[in-house]
Amino acid sequence: RKVELDPRLAAYKGVWVFIEHERGAAHQVSFELLGEGRKLADALGVELAGVVMGAPGEATRRFCAQAFHYGADLCYLVEDPILAEYRNEPYTRGLTDLVNVFQPEILLLGATTLGRDLAGSVATTLQTGLTADCTELNIDPENRSLAATRPTFGGSLLCTIQTLNYRPQMATVRPRVMSLPEPDTGRSGRIVEHPLGLVETDIVTKVLEFIPDQNRDQAQLAYADIIVSGGRGLKRPENFQLIWDLAKVLGAEVGASRPVTQAGWVSADRQVGQTGKTVRPKLYIAAGISGAIQHRVGMEASDVIIAINEDPAAPIFDFATYGIVGNAMQILPALTEAFRQHLATARKAG
Amino acid sequence: MHSVVCIKQVPDSSQIRVHPVTNTIMRQGVPAIINPYDLFALEAALKLKDRYGGRVTALCMGPPQAEAALRKALSFGADEAILVTDRAFAGSDTLATSFALASAIRQIQRDMAVDIVFTGKQTIDGDTAQVGPGVAKRLDLQLLTYVSNIDEVDLERGEIVVQRRAEGGVQVLKTRLPALVTVLEGINEMRFATLDDMFRAARYPLKVWNREQAGIEDVARIGLKGSPTVVAKVFAPQARRERAELIETHSGASSDVAATLLAKLFTRYPQVKAQVERQAL
Ligand SMILES: Cc1cc2nc3c(=O)[nH]c(=O)nc-3n(C[C@H](O)[C@H](O)[C@H](O)COP(=O)(O)OP(=O)(O)OC[C@H]3O[C@@H](n4cnc5c(N)ncnc54)[C@H](O)[C@@H]3O)c2cc1C
Ligand SMILES: Cc1cc2nc3c(=O)[nH]c(=O)nc-3n(C[C@H](O)[C@H](O)[C@H](O)COP(=O)(O)OP(=O)(O)OC[C@H]3O[C@@H](n4cnc5c(N)ncnc54)[C@H](O)[C@@H]3O)c2cc1C
Repeated sequence: RKVELDPRLAAYKGVWVFIEHERGAAHQVSFELLGEGRKLADALGVELAGVVMGAPGEATRRFCAQAFHYGADLCYLVEDPILAEYRNEPYTRGLTDLVNVFQPEILLLGATTLGRDLAGSVATTLQTGLTADCTELNIDPENRSLAATRPTFGGSLLCTIQTLNYRPQMATVRPRVMSLPEPDTGRSGRIVEHPLGLVETDIVTKVLEFIPDQNRDQAQLAYADIIVSGGRGLKRPENFQLIWDLAKVLGAEVGASRPVTQAGWVSADRQVGQTGKTVRPKLYIAAGISGAIQHRVGMEASDVIIAINEDPAAPIFDFATYGIVGNAMQILPALTEAFRQHLATARKAG
Repeated sequence: MHSVVCIKQVPDSSQIRVHPVTNTIMRQGVPAIINPYDLFALEAALKLKDRYGGRVTALCMGPPQAEAALRKALSFGADEAILVTDRAFAGSDTLATSFALASAIRQIQRDMAVDIVFTGKQTIDGDTAQVGPGVAKRLDLQLLTYVSNIDEVDLERGEIVVQRRAEGGVQVLKTRLPALVTVLEGINEMRFATLDDMFRAARYPLKVWNREQAGIEDVARIGLKGSPTVVAKVFAPQARRERAELIETHSGASSDVAATLLAKLFTRYPQVKAQVERQAL
């Protein structure tokens, strides 16, 4: 579709990625987005910028350095003690101001609890379009606008959404959907500082406390290298122990399909899929999981998928790498034993 | 204590099928339900009413059939239900939807001040989680997303303390009312509708507002016109993989099957072998 951009909007240039961090560590999704942003910026022939907001100090500036390593040409930096912990109001204000002053054409954020909270507020304040949970980002060669593709109807179809006559074009992407680029520690860039212009008494919401997750499950599942997942085919909660056993031998994380988390066999944050986690391990083992589209969209980017299912017609065999048609209650212990023996041999040899 | 709960009527996506040949959505006969996430929001509002008294108003923007969702909300115990419906809303994206809902809430506030606007975490169809933050910004409400617990509401001081799911932990936040709360799933369990409430819900004259009654003058802010995002195309995902290579099982014991699988896996995917063997170190 051809569009004549209003000259006021045509002045918006450059691709931005919001660098999310909490508790002193950047969220990996921001680096995944820099990899994607780099491709978009190159296609448009513009610069790629990271946006870093946080308390004044070394720790915050380190995120700028990391952004350069992952492909940013420059960083916009807003330092203020008010930004020490994420709160909607000052972050929305800071990011909105930056956009109004420096006018990027594309702004990307991670679809995390923080990113979704911030993106929705910023897009409304700026009165622009925001496409959620994109799985693919491209530049439309016809009109140089962002073509953002996302699943619809539970992942059974995809749709491509564009924001034609508004700037910036905003999009969020879930962790692990895009691959992590190789960092280049030799890379550097310039920092553009900008003031926040707020005082603490302006901010209504106060953080009373932060209770860290004890088992920090969440990040671990999304970024695990090996995941063993179980589904309703395991029939009884006791049988789920077979999943834990195999996971233990492999040093893997445990995942599950939705019926299993809903039945309370494992905690809800282990659910893989459209309404759970998107994962991208090197190896995903699925036992007693049918491979419904809502599960598939969360794990099909895994390098290798091994499926164990009684039913040779189960949809999971349509996209798994290896399939074993059989009873999970017999196959799982056999696999656990086979891996255990292999590791014992490897240990002796090594 | 007056809460407004935003509920959306959605197709029961577990029942949507894609036509195997034409790849189009087969919506015929798919029942419409209350967005499941919104039930947690409604229950949270009803719990506050149980504790502090007051009112719960259910608000829905949608086609005339969405009346059914509101009647359901009434049967669970909402006191008032308002359906905002107008052809002019068709094609609204989240920016236009939050504009329309915010206008309707302003109208509601004329009759009775609103302390908390509740929304679900997200819907199961659009699934953007953007409407809550949008409504909050438009009404200048404090925004509390992904709330997993309402610890305390102090109506005297106009304050609320909640637990909010953040990355890697839970933030305990204190803010001023009025606020907008998006409710995390699983924080409560929807009560059963009593027979009395079901009768009341069936007879209740719910309010139906068109665009003007919802306080919207400018049609350019709603519907397709008021929506920056444009759906350029809808298409079926490409089959990304071949069918699985099946490992024979009928021939022998599970241990043989496992051994065959490992041999194949480690030969073809040395990187997986390396990853697994890291465990041996
Ligand atoms: C809006 C929406 C969002 C959703 N989000 C998610 C999501 O995020 N994640 C998710 O997983 N699901 C999600 N779902 C649910 C999804 O549609 C499926 O219902 C679900 O994934 C099925 O789980 P399952 O494969 O464990 O169970 P089932 O579909 O019941 O499959 C069980 C499988 O086990 C096999 N089996 C039975 N006995 C054995 C045995 N002894 N050994 C080996 N195999 C056996 C069966 O052949 C069958 O294939 C969502 C649904 C909706 C509507
Ligand atoms: C497949 C698909 C993809 C879409 N993608 C986008 C996109 O990327 N960007 C975009 O801007 N729009 C998008 N839309 C349009 C968007 O879904 C609509 O604007 C919709 O009206 C609200 O968004 P949502 O369903 O994502 O709600 P969410 O923001 O996920 O809903 C959050 C909460 O807001 C409340 N709420 C939402 N809608 C209503 C309502 N009509 N009445 C009462 N309360 C409500 C509910 O409490 C709900 O739990 C998409 C629509 C579809 C069908």
